[in-house]
Amino acid sequence: MAGYTLRRLAGALPTLFIIITLTFFMMRLAPGGPFDSERRLPPEVEANIKAAYNLDKPLITQYGLYLKRLAHGDLGPSFKNKDFTVAQLIGTGLPVSLKLGLSAMSLALLIGSLLGSWAALRQNCWQDHAVMTLAMTGITIPTFVTAPLLSLVFGIYGVMVFGHEFTLPVAGWNGGALRNMILPVTVLALPQIAIVARLMRGSMIEVLRANYIRTARAKGLSAPHILFGHALRAAALPLVSYLGPATAGILTGSLIVEQIFGLPGIGRYFVLAALDRDYTMVLGVVVVYAALIILLNFIADILYAVLDPRVRLS
Amino acid sequence: MIATGSTQNAEALVRAVQGRSLWRDAWERLKRNRAAMASIALLALIALLALLAPLLSPYGFSEVNYDLITCAPPWWPAGAECIAPGHVFGTDAVGRDLFERVLYGARMSLAVGLVATLVSLLIGVAYGATAGYLGGRIDDVMMRLVDILYSLPFIFFVIILMVMFDRNLLLLFVAIGAVEWLTMARIVRGQAISLKQKEFVEAARAGGVSGGGIIFRHIIPNAVGPVVVYVTLTVPGVILTESFLSFLGLGVQEPLTSWGVLISDGANQMQSAPWMLIFPALLMAVTLFCFNFIGDGLRDALDPRDR
Amino acid sequence: MTPLLEITGLDIRFATPDGEVHAVKNVSLSIGSGECVGVVGESGSGKSQLFLGAFGLLAANGRASGSVRFRSREILGTSQKQLNAIRGGAVTMIFQDPLTALTPHMTVGRQIMEALILHRHVTRAEATQRTQEMLEHVRIPEAARRMKQYPHELSGGMRQRVMIAIAAITGPDLLIADEPTTALDVTVQAQILEILKALRAEQNTAIALVSHDMGVIASIADRVAVMRRGEIVEAGEARQIFHAPQHDYTKMLLAAVPRLDRDSGPRSNHGETLLAVEDIHVAFPIKSGLFEKTRKLKAVDGVSFTLRQGETLGVVGESGSGKSTLARAVLKLLPAGSGRVVWMGRDLNDADRREIRALRGDMQIVFQDPLASLDPRMPVGRSIAEPLKSLRPELSRDAANTQVKAMMAQVGLDPSWINRYPHELSGGQNQRVGIARAMIVSPRLVVCDEAVSALDVSIQAEIVGLIGALQRNSGLSLLFISHDLAVVRRLCHRVMVLYLGRVVEMADADALYNDPRHPYTRALLSAVLTPDPDIERSRKRVLLSGDVPSPLDPRAQLRFLPSRLSGGPDYYRPKLLEVAQGHFVAEYDEAQDTRSTL
Repeated sequence: MAGYTLRRLAGALPTLFIIITLTFFMMRLAPGGPFDSERRLPPEVEANIKAAYNLDKPLITQYGLYLKRLAHGDLGPSFKNKDFTVAQLIGTGLPVSLKLGLSAMSLALLIGSLLGSWAALRQNCWQDHAVMTLAMTGITIPTFVTAPLLSLVFGIYGVMVFGHEFTLPVAGWNGGALRNMILPVTVLALPQIAIVARLMRGSMIEVLRANYIRTARAKGLSAPHILFGHALRAAALPLVSYLGPATAGILTGSLIVEQIFGLPGIGRYFVLAALDRDYTMVLGVVVVYAALIILLNFIADILYAVLDPRVRLS
Repeated sequence: MIATGSTQNAEALVRAVQGRSLWRDAWERLKRNRAAMASIALLALIALLALLAPLLSPYGFSEVNYDLITCAPPWWPAGAECIAPGHVFGTDAVGRDLFERVLYGARMSLAVGLVATLVSLLIGVAYGATAGYLGGRIDDVMMRLVDILYSLPFIFFVIILMVMFDRNLLLLFVAIGAVEWLTMARIVRGQAISLKQKEFVEAARAGGVSGGGIIFRHIIPNAVGPVVVYVTLTVPGVILTESFLSFLGLGVQEPLTSWGVLISDGANQMQSAPWMLIFPALLMAVTLFCFNFIGDGLRDALDPRDR
Repeated sequence: MTPLLEITGLDIRFATPDGEVHAVKNVSLSIGSGECVGVVGESGSGKSQLFLGAFGLLAANGRASGSVRFRSREILGTSQKQLNAIRGGAVTMIFQDPLTALTPHMTVGRQIMEALILHRHVTRAEATQRTQEMLEHVRIPEAARRMKQYPHELSGGMRQRVMIAIAAITGPDLLIADEPTTALDVTVQAQILEILKALRAEQNTAIALVSHDMGVIASIADRVAVMRRGEIVEAGEARQIFHAPQHDYTKMLLAAVPRLDRDSGPRSNHGETLLAVEDIHVAFPIKSGLFEKTRKLKAVDGVSFTLRQGETLGVVGESGSGKSTLARAVLKLLPAGSGRVVWMGRDLNDADRREIRALRGDMQIVFQDPLASLDPRMPVGRSIAEPLKSLRPELSRDAANTQVKAMMAQVGLDPSWINRYPHELSGGQNQRVGIARAMIVSPRLVVCDEAVSALDVSIQAEIVGLIGALQRNSGLSLLFISHDLAVVRRLCHRVMVLYLGRVVEMADADALYNDPRHPYTRALLSAVLTPDPDIERSRKRVLLSGDVPSPLDPRAQLRFLPSRLSGGPDYYRPKLLEVAQGHFVAEYDEAQDTRSTL
């Protein structure tokens, strides 16, 4: 198991390196620069600024310098928000994004797998059809439609709950208060719930048909015992593999959700920074995101090996 | 035992029994799937409307009318500040006919969906088939690369690309397609590898069939099914990605439009002019539903054991 | 005395998208306490569904009706709770294919004690203790260590012993064994049957044995029921069924089973030497991990033989013996590591790709799985025509079609089926298509790679007859690969026994079957079952202990020559010695402890 973990870790690091390299050169090979949009500076001033940020050096040298700093955990200064370093900006935004993303992910995994398993156990009954229709809806309706719709219903009009009108804030972070989290997390989780439910249903149906489930039934085990003891672990495997893509999906969704709900996460910074060609900021966010996705993929690999003993040895 | 006694008479054999191919079986099963068949019809209708868009309305899609700014359709049930007679879906913030714009949006979204899927198909099939057919170390390296690209937050690359190259429409097609090919490559490779090991391919080799003959007569016809299913499921994914970019202002630019652009506009005026959100969102959802139903239907039809 | 299990008028139906399938029709059957009842039938006879249906284990789309009484209590249609009280405790089951029948992510120890804890209410410590004893009882060495392993870490034979342990640990009244030895090697099959017999003798467990194999049934069953298409066509005492069958179907089944004690091989009529294989080796790289060294699996490890015109050479071996790899290397479908294949005096190592393609017209192959070896999207006529078209491109379409139809008639297929697809034909018919495809180019050599192993016995007999007839008519040579010594006996002039990629014995068929020398050959022959209860119960069996060792273990080949084990890393390879004219035997130690007689 330790060897396996080590091997997986060794596989993840080159991936991160390749992502950094790719992003770095993609940004730089594009026409335009971070200081284009500002009023025209005298050439010598511009040259000074460029020298200060090492932009006058050959690209490959800049790349080397960037990697060297990165190795020390330094993401460099922001080209636009000159008073802050990228690390500071990400440091303020990341907790917001993480809290949002992790809540959505947990919600998606929990509700999605419950719904999916339920549908599988009631295969071809109305419960199954209902869950699958809901899931299809969740997949087809994009985040940027559900977000305004839900804010309209729960935020503006309000919903009557037990005779009390119940509204939720439609914007702002408010220090991560629960009330402020409900709408963005729901919007972010909905498509993932749908995908997880479909995945879970499919794999659960497959597992329940397996020969070893028949063996377990032949032993006289009760239905819950079979479900939790014999079926669930195998059925959860595709879910574990989906952790990586789910992270990517939630990060993508967070770009929209943070914008619509006006939340101070790094997704919003990213779009602004890309538009402004804030090289270091874009790179910094991509590095953080890539590291997150790789981390989740790594966790998924380990979990997979924990759940399936066959993987550990081969 | 089969009656072989009468078979000596060659004349009697002129009429050979027509077999039922797997394709025909699949088609019969698909025809029985009402959701999929309805989706095909509905999708065809939407595509036809989008194609004939210029003929269907007296108003041009970018024709501005400052007298009818954000006006409701004449049949709008709830009260509205102004009514736009003759505009069945109402008008937008500069008085353009929403019906015409939704159809033009359909044109754009469907075009992006199809072209980008085609791009992903071409790259994915070429890449996956090469890796799967060659196998060995080359396959290892090629699939390792796909794994790495898989763990990239690809949407950020598309955003970077779109920002860098000034929201070029052609680039949009290519960028999305270039991102979506990964899964396609995996599917094609998986098919190539499993088919390559099938006994009927070995039998063909033992029968002296050339490499090209094996690929064209045995590998491709058997790999088409899963690829078709995945293509059908890729189109809605691409349409979503495009609308996502357009929503962020990084996709299609005015005066051209797409469902993403329209939904983005509509969401901003959701309270005062809900029709601006409802119509494009509804049409897009219906289209995506159709593609998904067709994809699921095809999968069930081609691989009936998973019912 | 009332019987333990009494099935009366059982019907089982499955609802499928293509209509209802009536799998079991009005079947009545009873099993007394301590009795062993065999249910025999070919594929699709409903024999497995019968017991699954009786104990509420059908797939979701299945429905059973009728009456099933266990210890005089009706159990059909009772609640899951009541069924669960019986299943796993008083009635236990063993399934075919132990790899998929065991939960992959649970240690075998836990899977065994699960039922014990549930039904016999013992403590965990006691369960562990009894599980270990049970594993030792079913002859799993190092039971304490094995308990902590997962199913994939065990060999096929060991997994089936784990299945038996699961079924036996609660001391059931009735054990249902559904094809318990199918897909296992013959030597392992013999061990499993011995364990079942011992269980029955010690615990007085009644056994319902479901099998397609008449020999397996004969070796253990007291009474036999013969099933066909969902119905019992004949039932009675085992001796009566095997010695004086009444129903035509039973007679046909018994006649179709190849028997070592009755069949004799074909007369030899040897011509010129067609094929000479000299010291051929094939190895596959096995990667075990990113940082570990690639090891070599020596699938074929120095095999030499010759084949003459019109001769049939049988290649016999268990799984991992390298027999299929050998065939592919001879046909140049796989690159050989070293050694020579000489075809009619021409060394094929020197032949280029074009020459080898041209030679494909002379050498053909028939595969094991008839459905898998045909392209599902190609009409069978086109599959048959394919070698013809690629090897004789000058042939016109009509001429090719005429040849295909003539060939179809020759192999017993209706030529009007030329446009049919493989899924529309039965397994036997598809195998005829495979044979037609091989024969259409008039080859001189056909390799039959387990060509009849996947077929039901009645179909198997037909195909064996067809292959024999084709050979007599066209004078071709056959390389007949099989794990089934009885089938080989019917067809082959000479026989070669492979063990872990090497020849252990090679001789004329009569010499090999009547005077086997090598202990492995003797064990193989001794493990072959005869469909005759009297013979089966009276004879002593030479059993090999344990399983076939891994071909990755360099010491494995010295299993029968342990005196040379001290050789160090470059292990000694047993030499082939000619003990009589044309009878070659690999070196072995005379007295050794790897054999035991039960």
